[in-house]
Amino acid sequence: MADTVRPSPRRARRSGSIALQAALIAVAGGLCYGAIHNAAQNLAHANIATGFGFWNNTAGFDISQTLIDYSASTSTFGRAFWVGLLNTLVVAGIGIVLATVLGFVIGIARLSRNWLVARLAGGYVELIRNVPLLLQLLFWYNAVLKSLPELHGSIALPGGGLLNNRGLFLPRPEFAPGFGTVLIALLVGVITTIVLRVWARRRQERTGTPVRILWPALGAIFGLPLVVFVLEGFPLSFSLPDMGRFNVRGGLEILPEFAALLIALAVYTAAFIAEVMRAGVLAVPTGQTEAALALGLRSPTTLRLVVVPQAMRVIVPPLTSQYLNLIKNSSLAVAIGYPDLVQVFAGSVLNITGQAVEVVAITMAVYLTISLLTSLLMNIYGRTIAIVER
Amino acid sequence: MKRLATALAIATVLALGIQAACAQTLKAVKDRGELLCGSNGTLAGFGMPDPQGNWVGFDVDFCRAIAAAIFNDPTKVKFVPLTAANRFTALQSGEIDVLSRNTTWTMSRNTSLGVDFAAVHYYDGQGFMVHKSLKVSSALELNDAAVCVQQGTTTELNLADYFRSNHMSLKTVTFATADEAIKAYDSSRCDSYTTDSSGLYGERVLLSDPGANIVLPEIISKEPLSPAVRQGDDTWENIVRWSHYAMIDAEELGVSKTNVDEQLKSANPEIRRLLGVEGQFGEPLGLTNDWGYRIIKLIGNYGESFERNVGQGSPLKITRGLNALWTKGGLQYGIPIR
Repeated sequence: MADTVRPSPRRARRSGSIALQAALIAVAGGLCYGAIHNAAQNLAHANIATGFGFWNNTAGFDISQTLIDYSASTSTFGRAFWVGLLNTLVVAGIGIVLATVLGFVIGIARLSRNWLVARLAGGYVELIRNVPLLLQLLFWYNAVLKSLPELHGSIALPGGGLLNNRGLFLPRPEFAPGFGTVLIALLVGVITTIVLRVWARRRQERTGTPVRILWPALGAIFGLPLVVFVLEGFPLSFSLPDMGRFNVRGGLEILPEFAALLIALAVYTAAFIAEVMRAGVLAVPTGQTEAALALGLRSPTTLRLVVVPQAMRVIVPPLTSQYLNLIKNSSLAVAIGYPDLVQVFAGSVLNITGQAVEVVAITMAVYLTISLLTSLLMNIYGRTIAIVER
Repeated sequence: MKRLATALAIATVLALGIQAACAQTLKAVKDRGELLCGSNGTLAGFGMPDPQGNWVGFDVDFCRAIAAAIFNDPTKVKFVPLTAANRFTALQSGEIDVLSRNTTWTMSRNTSLGVDFAAVHYYDGQGFMVHKSLKVSSALELNDAAVCVQQGTTTELNLADYFRSNHMSLKTVTFATADEAIKAYDSSRCDSYTTDSSGLYGERVLLSDPGANIVLPEIISKEPLSPAVRQGDDTWENIVRWSHYAMIDAEELGVSKTNVDEQLKSANPEIRRLLGVEGQFGEPLGLTNDWGYRIIKLIGNYGESFERNVGQGSPLKITRGLNALWTKGGLQYGIPIR
């Protein structure tokens, strides 16, 4: 009897699982469609305006911090969206940088052999990460910033700055036309340094002698622009803030709401980053350090060339999560009146237009996009530092 | 995040559950045994729980009047505290039956939010409160001032309009709730706080030093405050509307909480119709014919509710002004029951 061709059990399992997955996708898609269709019908039934037509209507409300041109009388809801988004990105971006720096310092400090330094860092981590972020935010905003003096008792800072309960006012740089040349000089300096560094590394690989490029690099990055700056006749001035009747006029204004949110986010996330950092360093076997020291490397060089590269592999994935948390936590801005995306768009715009479904959908899509982009960048970075197996 | 989650929850409710809430509101209220009333919760004189936890205020009284008309019991109301930001979604999604929360009647709200406004229960206008120490006597002197305001309100929009049309610049500091805005003002984050002038009087009572703040004379907008209901249930809208007019008519006719029982014997046909002694005016609403009597007996007429909550009988001491009866130079005008 001839062999009948039977599908192998593995293949049968495989086609079965593909069918199952297809069915799952179909069900999920159907549910989504059903929900959207039902929402649209219900909204129409209840006489509630739908659609995205509101995007180009005049907004009519003011926003306290606008990084791009915005005016209540002429700007649209769409413009307000961008203003809010930029405010979110600014606070999240600066927050990530500050939290990383602070977190790394504290993480290192916690590993210190100095008893006091290690205990202080440990205390910081335990105190900060066990108190809800919202409370910390309210603490920074109400307890710290509002205890600053009122306008007429402003603290004058050296260099012409003013500090009061309306914010921090710094001299605002005003760029004269010649300033562009200075920027070009700076760019030239940076490129020179990069070229220099590549050359130095190649030379070290070829000959084995390390080349010190610190001074030439500093000269290229700082010296060159400085010379051009002087030659161009100092094309930079500062507009100093001065006291108006109610508020400080002119100058660069940093809102207390922004400062409070930034401090709260950075301080809170730093506690977690410190732990991530510590875990990463502890994950590198001590044998590695001992071997490096035995080879005659100095302690800082060991840290830079042996410990950190191996620790980073462990640090990057949880660090990404912390960055994502910080970005999403920035929406707590709403509690203290910082005009971030949620406050401006899912707050004022939602209420004025009344189009909750559309506005919330857009807001969620934006957070999703920002988070996915951050993950993507961190994954790319993680790949570049992965240990290459040979 | 919490707010986003709330908004999301509301959006979901909107997506899935609107139809259930539509029409038949009266039946739903009767079956439930209580009225769900969206109110302010933090505005003294208008809607706020007292120290014992009982809701009191002018807007609260109005919901109690509706409950009185339906159940003959003004306590059968469950008050849902709402912010300016979530009030309309709460109404749209059926979380409440009626919104009685110092809400301005505007065209866009009426036409694109799917809500109807029953009747102007309080004629208001937007004003400014400032710290006395600033020595400001007019809103026109506020050029460059920092102003605290609550978001999602007509106030936020009027503020921008007013400063623009008077060629003044301002720094707006926007907060999600009136509570946060007033606290920021109280701690001098802002020079001025703006909202409907009724709200200014209500909020001032709650400041750390009420005497150190003054309300400026300018009224920069028209704010007809009205209870709102969902569109699509005309019977329910009529119940809300006529509860308001019953209170106005009673004041016009001199019928009050104290004399309502004697007035039952009145020969005046208007009073007899209002109190249900004559005619069948409650039944078409799905109520009993003594609905008007119940409102006056249990809550009182418009003037009584006004004076008790926000007028001379209260710490707010607001004068009747536009809210006086038309016969006394105000705008409140009763529609005849006949």
